[in-house]
Amino acid sequence: MSGPLFANALVSGLLLAGFYAAVSVGISIAFGMLDVVNIAHPAFIILGSYAASIANASMGADPIVTAVALSPAFFALGLLLYRFYHATFERRGREPLRGLAFFFGILFVTEVALILAFGVDYRSVTARYIGTTWRLGTVDLPLRLFVPFVVSVAMTLSLQVFLSRTFFGRAVLAVGQDQLALQLMGVDPVRIKQIAFGISIATAGVAGALLVIIQPVQPSLGREYIGLVFAIPVLGGMGSIAGTLAGAAILGVATSFTATFFGPSWAPAVSFGLLLFALAFRPSGLFGR
Amino acid sequence: MKTSSFTAIALCTALLVAGTTSALVTNDYFFSASYTVLQFVVLATAWNILGGFTGYVNFGSAAFFALGAYSSIVLDKLFEAPITLSILSGTAVAALVGLGMGYLTLRLRGVFFAIATLAFAEVLFTFVVNWDYVGGARGAYVVLQGRPPLGFRSFVQFLFAIMALMAAGAVAIARFVQTSTLGLGLAAIRDDEVAAECSGVPTLRLKLVSTTVSGGLMGMAGATFPYFLSYVEPHGVFSLSYAVNSIAMPLIGGMYDWAGPVIGALLLGGLQQVLQVNVSADWNLFLVGALLVVFVTIAPHGIMGWTFRRGRRARPT
Amino acid sequence: MDRRHPSVAAALALAVSFSAVAQEPLKIGFSMSLTGPLGGNGRAALLAMQMWAEDVNTKGGLLGRPIRLVYYDDQTNPANVPGLYTKLLDIDKVDLIVSSYGTNVIAPAIPIAMQRKMAFMTLFGTNPNAKFKYDRYFQIMPNGPDPAVGLTKGFFEVAMTMDPKPKTVALVGADAEYPHAALEGARTNVKAAGLQVLYDKTYPMSTTDFTPIVRAIQATNPDLVFVASYPPDSAGIVRAANEVALKTRQFGGAMIGVQYATLKTQLGPLLNGVVAWEVYAPEPTIKFPGVEEFLARYQPLAAAQQLDPLGFFLPPYAYAMMQIVGEAVQRVGKIDQAKIAEDIHSHEFTTVVGNVRFAKNGEWAEGRPLYVQYRGIRGNGLEEWKKPGHEVVLWPARWKSGDLLHPYDQHRK
Repeated sequence: MSGPLFANALVSGLLLAGFYAAVSVGISIAFGMLDVVNIAHPAFIILGSYAASIANASMGADPIVTAVALSPAFFALGLLLYRFYHATFERRGREPLRGLAFFFGILFVTEVALILAFGVDYRSVTARYIGTTWRLGTVDLPLRLFVPFVVSVAMTLSLQVFLSRTFFGRAVLAVGQDQLALQLMGVDPVRIKQIAFGISIATAGVAGALLVIIQPVQPSLGREYIGLVFAIPVLGGMGSIAGTLAGAAILGVATSFTATFFGPSWAPAVSFGLLLFALAFRPSGLFGR
Repeated sequence: MKTSSFTAIALCTALLVAGTTSALVTNDYFFSASYTVLQFVVLATAWNILGGFTGYVNFGSAAFFALGAYSSIVLDKLFEAPITLSILSGTAVAALVGLGMGYLTLRLRGVFFAIATLAFAEVLFTFVVNWDYVGGARGAYVVLQGRPPLGFRSFVQFLFAIMALMAAGAVAIARFVQTSTLGLGLAAIRDDEVAAECSGVPTLRLKLVSTTVSGGLMGMAGATFPYFLSYVEPHGVFSLSYAVNSIAMPLIGGMYDWAGPVIGALLLGGLQQVLQVNVSADWNLFLVGALLVVFVTIAPHGIMGWTFRRGRRARPT
Repeated sequence: MDRRHPSVAAALALAVSFSAVAQEPLKIGFSMSLTGPLGGNGRAALLAMQMWAEDVNTKGGLLGRPIRLVYYDDQTNPANVPGLYTKLLDIDKVDLIVSSYGTNVIAPAIPIAMQRKMAFMTLFGTNPNAKFKYDRYFQIMPNGPDPAVGLTKGFFEVAMTMDPKPKTVALVGADAEYPHAALEGARTNVKAAGLQVLYDKTYPMSTTDFTPIVRAIQATNPDLVFVASYPPDSAGIVRAANEVALKTRQFGGAMIGVQYATLKTQLGPLLNGVVAWEVYAPEPTIKFPGVEEFLARYQPLAAAQQLDPLGFFLPPYAYAMMQIVGEAVQRVGKIDQAKIAEDIHSHEFTTVVGNVRFAKNGEWAEGRPLYVQYRGIRGNGLEEWKKPGHEVVLWPARWKSGDLLHPYDQHRK
């Protein structure tokens, strides 16, 4: 095991982890804190990719700028979706499992909407940094992966600060645990959950822009990410943003090391094997409460 | 109705249906489409034994289906085993793995269990992809040679008859589980596992029975798949559609009664077959998605919930 | 509930105008991947097939009967295929069948074709007939009688022309049917060329980041790097090779995806220096009769439907496949599956992808995959790719339009 190869594998793993955190932090909020099994999350990621790609193709807009500009729209989409979900499922006291089928439906419908509107061909973006690589000694830093890493870490950390430092953030953390206490404090838990779900979908939009920077995207690609986006928050500990970062780091580095030193083909077995192992010995995840 | 007489009636109906359709229907499309729908009846029924009766959500139906399919492939490669032996071994292998999954329920509940089954499916998928003996990523061919057995006109007719019998068997088992004391115990676990444990329900043993039976039946459904398709590759067998359908069908039909998954599978599976050849590609997927959304919205307890709303409590809460 | 596809309805309307002679339409049935991961290719192929049907119908149809294409979406899912083909044959009573795109969806249809003794012309499968040995099976991808070996041979024959001769090779590919078949063929060619294999691994289809893989390859320092991949990973590997500054003498392989406009324009200059498998290139040496006219008609239609706007990969072959079936039926003079198969076996066909003869196993009797080297691409536009000089044909000798530039790392930009 040579030094530079090791260092590069580690850096690659961390860069990948940044991207993983972006795709799964929304699930950490929706699923971990609000108990909404939003299996359609990857479909919203792909929606974000398409938005970024279209703005890029028609106006030359930078995908990340597009993602940030469109995040209020994604937020509003999440708001509406949660309202509907709440009215039809939560309010009537139905278990999350029904919500699961509901979101499966949303997943298919979103996929088809993309196909109908934009066809089935692969989509991508161009941006100057995509072809650039920084070299720090023997370590390569491809900006195609480094830029998403920076954006993702910034997004995740600011979410962490927001959730732990603000009143609203604490209310979100509390909503999953004791709704009654919140109501007694004069806070409407539904409103809190609605906004938090909006944030969750907004992160999907940003993650989509990051995804399309990294690789070309087609409408059904989201299905590939279902396992991953749920695995990471569960591995890290439900409802903990720090845990999500840790889970992403573990899977990212594990994937990169497996690919470098062992055989890339085994990477999913290693990742999900780690998850199984972690679940068996620490069922509530690494940072679980 | 007693379980034995129900089982006998179910199997006889299956035989009768298989017999009369073989005699009357001349086009293979009927058998091919019906095979697929019945396969989903088995999968949905199997999923429901664990998911609906016991309250443990299995996300990895595809893995159990694949265990059945791949044990058939192994047996075919070893000595071109007869189809009955493949079905038995596929069921056994999947049941054993189901038993193992049962021990997971000791530590994992709710969503954690669901995610663990998902992870298990991913791990198994990777192993299959890297296992060259069963074709690995290239897939494996199972070519049925010669004339179809038992005087059937074509292999697909024969496979349809087998699948009809397996569906009847699966439904009879599900009904037995539901109506026996076993079912009461499972329902107690579903409603409140801790309370059930405290009131003396042997929760682990019951859960092990539930996961074993559920897994085994899924494996059984997969065991004939290689014969039906002739060519099997990992991405197809581990397709998301098996996980989605085996959850969606009981939800649509109703999860607290053995008939729910059957109705759900006939309806959703049948609809998928009809749409596939009648509307354009995009609208097909769209309608399936929209139907899921609409159904879980307007029919909270599935179709069985409508039927039994007045007669009895559709589901304990 | 017998609603038909809009396009079928259109064909029907067209058919009505011919029914003055009261002729039953001649129905050609197939499933096609119109959604799912290969939906983009499937739709491009469908467009080409519809163009053929229209061309035939404006000339009065086939055997005096108007052509009607009857097709269903298999969603790129093999499990749907048996049902769809039995529907086509038993309910729709189609006269002829052809295939969907790719091995995974072709293979499940072969037993059904065999049972009904149908002649079966197929689109880009990597030898699924090896197990069935069906004598009425045909396949239009031009890799020759031993497809996996034929597909990869050119890469290594080109490599062996370098001076000094290369000694070592790294092989890498995706965990799926086609790349594994290509890697198997590559291993045969590697052995024949006497090369030493330093790296031989595969990666899962869900891989996001390819830089660790390319670095692991670089660590073995091979003379050649051969890749067998699908579209998203083709892009990922080419990007990673540029990011890691891969140092090797020849890089490329049988990479699905680099043939289409999406990846060509997206990768642009990053493709320079890559030696890749293609089935068509706009080079002066490649002049199949009618292919340029075909592409000139295809390109605006494809752009309108948001399909591959170049059409260098599947569309001409989908069109050619139909040309062959049509010509054989015309010559036989009636729908007789045995005679049609016999006719295809015993004649040479002139198509938009050149002259084709079929071997006993239904593959091209003489393969003609192209190995080209991309060069001189400056931007991410589409127009450059339509001009000659950017996809220089290195192999086979008969279509050669230039020499290999090597080593790769010096011709990367």
